[in-house]
Amino acid sequence: MLNHYETVFIMTPVLSDEQMKETVKKFENYLLDKGAEIVHQENWGLRKLEYPIAKKTSGFYHLFEFKADSSIIKDFELQYRRDEKVMRYLTVLMDKHAIAYSEKRRNLKKEKEAAKAEEPAEAPAAEVNETQNNE
Amino acid sequence: MAQQTDIKYLTPIAVDIRKKKYCRFKKSGIKYIDYKDGEFLKRFVNEQGRILPRRLTGTSLKYQKKVAQAVKRARHLALLPFVTDNLKSNN
Repeated sequence: MLNHYETVFIMTPVLSDEQMKETVKKFENYLLDKGAEIVHQENWGLRKLEYPIAKKTSGFYHLFEFKADSSIIKDFELQYRRDEKVMRYLTVLMDKHAIAYSEKRRNLKKEKEAAKAEEPAEAPAAEVNETQNNE
Repeated sequence: MAQQTDIKYLTPIAVDIRKKKYCRFKKSGIKYIDYKDGEFLKRFVNEQGRILPRRLTGTSLKYQKKVAQAVKRARHLALLPFVTDNLKSNN
């Protein structure tokens, strides 16, 4: 049976942008090889950690959302553990509320990006009109 | 002898009327608590980064469990600290 999973992992900040992308690609290919269907992925870029991990205070975050059989997860996490570039990882099984939430989140993000791309000057003006209508 | 009821106060006695606590998740219909949103989860921890009890936040048991789960996941991913000082003033 296919389950819906979400996985976030943190890579060391010593990597260059290309090395980071390569690592991400590696895990992506691994998932695809095992017959997983990647629903969504997100790169959060370099982020400050709230507490140091392995004496590093920042890290590259990356998120995958995928549908896969439960049998591949154990092996997938083993790949994380074998890779020195990965400092932390977390894989979570998503329930129906989580799936609904992530969909909503994605759509919101898309809308925001679209709004930003399409004439940023016009957006505030539209908001003003709306507030006036409410009054 | 003056009876109890005869006593008059110059200023009315301070009786603080407490606002009834409510579960914010039930009220606003939030079904899932995201562990990736560290800023939101900071509302449910104190300045040292400990999870606030239900009796203070008013969260229902069902959602308190989910809050706790989300906070713990966020801590694992270094989105929230395990322990600190002055968590709230840092923002």
